[in-house]
Amino acid sequence: MATKILLDKINIPGIKSYDVYRQNGGYASVEKAIKSMTPDEITEEVKASGLRGRGGAGFPVGLKWSFIDKKSGKPRHLVCNADESEPGTFKDRYLMEHIPHLLIEGMITSSYALGANLSYIYIRGEYMWVFKILERAIKEAYAAGWLGKNILGSDYSLDLHVHCGAGAYICGEETALIESLEGKRGNPRIKPPFPAVSGLWSNPTVVNNVESIANVPWIVNNSGEAYSKIGLGRSAGTKLISASGHIRKPGVYEIEMGITVHEFINSDEYCGGMMDDRPIKALIPGGSSVPILPEHLIYKTANGEDRLMTYESLSDGGFETGSMLGSGGFIVYNDTACIVRNTWNFARFYAHESCGQCSPCREGTGWLEKILHRIETGNGTMEDIDLLWNIQSNIEGNTICPLGDAAAWPVAAAIRHFREEFEYHVLYPEKIKNRDHYVNEPFSTVKHLINK
Amino acid sequence: MEVKKYKQNINITPELQQRIDELISHYPADKRKSALLPVLHEVQDAHDNWLSAELMDKVAEILNITPIEVYEVVTFYTMYNQKPVGKYMFEFCLTSCCGIRGADDMMEYACEKLGVQPGETTPDGMFSVVGVQCLGACGYAPMMQLGDFYKEHLTREKIDKIIEDCKAGNVILHDK
Amino acid sequence: MKVTIDGHEIEVEPGTSILQAARMIGGESVPPAMCYYSKLEGTGGKCRACLVEVSKGSEADPRPMPKLMASCKTGVMDGMEVKSITSPKVLEARKAVTEFLLINHPLDCPVCDQAGECDLQNLAFNHGKEQKRFKEEKRTFAPENIGENIQLHMNRCILCYRCVKTAEQLTDKRVHGVCGRGDHAQISTYISAAIDNEFSGNMIDVCPVGALTDKTFRFKSRVWFNKPYNAHRDCPTCSGKTTVWMFGEEIQRVTARKDEFHEVEEFICNSCRFDHKDTKDWVIEGPRKFEKFSVINQNNYTQKLDKVVMKTEKQILEGRQQDRVKISMKEIPFTDNESKE
Repeated sequence: MATKILLDKINIPGIKSYDVYRQNGGYASVEKAIKSMTPDEITEEVKASGLRGRGGAGFPVGLKWSFIDKKSGKPRHLVCNADESEPGTFKDRYLMEHIPHLLIEGMITSSYALGANLSYIYIRGEYMWVFKILERAIKEAYAAGWLGKNILGSDYSLDLHVHCGAGAYICGEETALIESLEGKRGNPRIKPPFPAVSGLWSNPTVVNNVESIANVPWIVNNSGEAYSKIGLGRSAGTKLISASGHIRKPGVYEIEMGITVHEFINSDEYCGGMMDDRPIKALIPGGSSVPILPEHLIYKTANGEDRLMTYESLSDGGFETGSMLGSGGFIVYNDTACIVRNTWNFARFYAHESCGQCSPCREGTGWLEKILHRIETGNGTMEDIDLLWNIQSNIEGNTICPLGDAAAWPVAAAIRHFREEFEYHVLYPEKIKNRDHYVNEPFSTVKHLINK
Repeated sequence: MEVKKYKQNINITPELQQRIDELISHYPADKRKSALLPVLHEVQDAHDNWLSAELMDKVAEILNITPIEVYEVVTFYTMYNQKPVGKYMFEFCLTSCCGIRGADDMMEYACEKLGVQPGETTPDGMFSVVGVQCLGACGYAPMMQLGDFYKEHLTREKIDKIIEDCKAGNVILHDK
Repeated sequence: MKVTIDGHEIEVEPGTSILQAARMIGGESVPPAMCYYSKLEGTGGKCRACLVEVSKGSEADPRPMPKLMASCKTGVMDGMEVKSITSPKVLEARKAVTEFLLINHPLDCPVCDQAGECDLQNLAFNHGKEQKRFKEEKRTFAPENIGENIQLHMNRCILCYRCVKTAEQLTDKRVHGVCGRGDHAQISTYISAAIDNEFSGNMIDVCPVGALTDKTFRFKSRVWFNKPYNAHRDCPTCSGKTTVWMFGEEIQRVTARKDEFHEVEEFICNSCRFDHKDTKDWVIEGPRKFEKFSVINQNNYTQKLDKVVMKTEKQILEGRQQDRVKISMKEIPFTDNESKE
């Protein structure tokens, strides 16, 4: 069995409750941190661990912490981003639902490191039952003295609350999340200033993903150096992967970074191979925003090396032949899936989730959706395919926040790798009328029609 | 933005007020507005799952903010309903991972079974069916949200059973 | 601090934005600004029309910035080098933004009261594409009545948020805002309330397009058939310094005075704007000057025309001269001097 850091205790009966969690070594990192470490020492350990943000961007967590403005004298905040909304991603929910105290422990230790006395967990509104689980767990932690005034008799005090969103993907963007936490519309802020200087209520704020924070207790207990030895090179540690799509065993898996994509998809420990033994057609390795990989680039990189489950290997080849680890939303498609339909589906998602603040995203995402819908329903033209390409490149890089990029990339990658499927939709509208058009007639069996 | 007038009886019960006060206490005293999203959830749950303009005005009064600040927020987030909805609202996730595992079929089945189109409510006000975007249950597709909970790995049989349970009053919507 | 924009060097105070620095230089390098408004805090960054390329970050960190930056929201650094119209990438992005702003715009300029003084028209003129690529149905919104004085045409709105900031910063209780989200976000009061605060009329002046227009001026005249004069009156509420838009002896519209970037110099009250349309109410100072390219100039202050010999053209010019005299006030008759402007 591979190393487990986050889910090692997940099968202990009752681990959801405070008592069982505590009996199994829970909250040890808080004790160690408050009794024997300075906040800066913890930040140094996290830096040494090589832990990178698990929300999608992969920015080093320790480095992000070190940016927090400690000089201004303003109150500081740690906000946990539990607004998990990236299609294909459901790992944070799994963690919070089954072992909520791990996140709370991580929040306390991390808040201590940042000198935050008031911290929040921002959870998406749809996870309402998980919101309630966290609320109860926080009450247990208060009752046991892990939260509140003078924790463990020290002069460190921390209040932690859970805050819920109400249905907006954009609130996963850290400044939109802060706006939402302030009771406003989730419009991302224009940066700079960055939250580390001016975040929640204009105070210095760090926003970290659930999984990032849940790694902190282990790092404090075992040292950053020990953590950095797990995984592969700059992809240190383990990663929760949310596996979905046409595989035998969808679910959340903790992997040690560095295993091959082949092993992850095909071994019984993880995805268990392809559903119904149908051939694999495409893979989105890091949530809907990252480029889709065609079959020949899934198991091997363009150079013929094994594709590994690491930040580096998944992005090998850049956007031409690679993708990204992103949030670990691992979506597998077999030959019955229609890439055009799927791209339209994502475009609809982004158009629905655009906050509407900046023009390229507000107008561009809707435009992409409309054209893709036309192509998917057999009303497209060849010029539409080039138009799509041009629109996505006009959105990319020109928006306030990364949602514009996230909407543009899937369209670009789909056209780059699956252009023939778009052409097929234009040329044979009668063949794609039914939404399950590839179920009985996978694209590989009709592909020859295009090159006539 | 014209809001069609529907009547809503506003009743901030002592229990609800207590819960609102608890939520407000989670934020600094001068940042009451921050409690807006959680408070709206609570108030909506206690008022047949929708928010009339009058109810939003009440929330504005409680939080000491202007009504437009509440309207702006309510219309931004998808979980707040601005008109009456069915007691049991079936929200089917239609995004890719659910889509390739039969989400559209499931929603169509539920619609057929209840005699409504997506976005509609049954005449008796019991059921609504809507298609929504990714709910973060991609590995357990197809699925839908019902109240505070998720119903996952849906099949036609499961949908039949859920509808029966709703009709019999055996479905808990909110985890209080 | 020293900053170079399209090769023009200028010294500015720390904290100056690239856009403001460009405005100090003036000319072609000034990026278009559809949402930024220097008199309103918190505006800018949204329309993306003012994107520029920062080819050198600063003297201390000369690396170029990887993405195009919103010049209205990016502060200058010492030694920064910026490319506005000299960057093909920037021109491409401006074209793209212009297209995005136009795809759902109704293009109803012939019946729009803003035509002739519309920033979107100017943007489209300078950065628009010749070809339309949007084949889909345009987005429309249900009309909403927001009171006696202000006409809201949501279909024309580009969501610059300026009117929201105006209400927030100039009036004591904001009743309108942005409701909905994505491409269905809209300016609204949600409950169709009247926006009647004493300073609410300024929303009309700050609106870059025809989304908010003056109901008391509705369909009265094309703006270029009016002759603008600076005027003032003793007003207990505001400075009383305005521009009155005349047709002969009739004041058809009152607005705040706008500078060359179309920003008002001083906000005015609704009483001055809507309730004082009699020439007796005002002290007329003299004709208001506009930048050369403005369509408003075409009938008013264009440069003196060269002599032309063709008879027909001479008659046209005479006719134009007569028109100019006709729309001028008697007390301040049209003079040859004006046509030198």
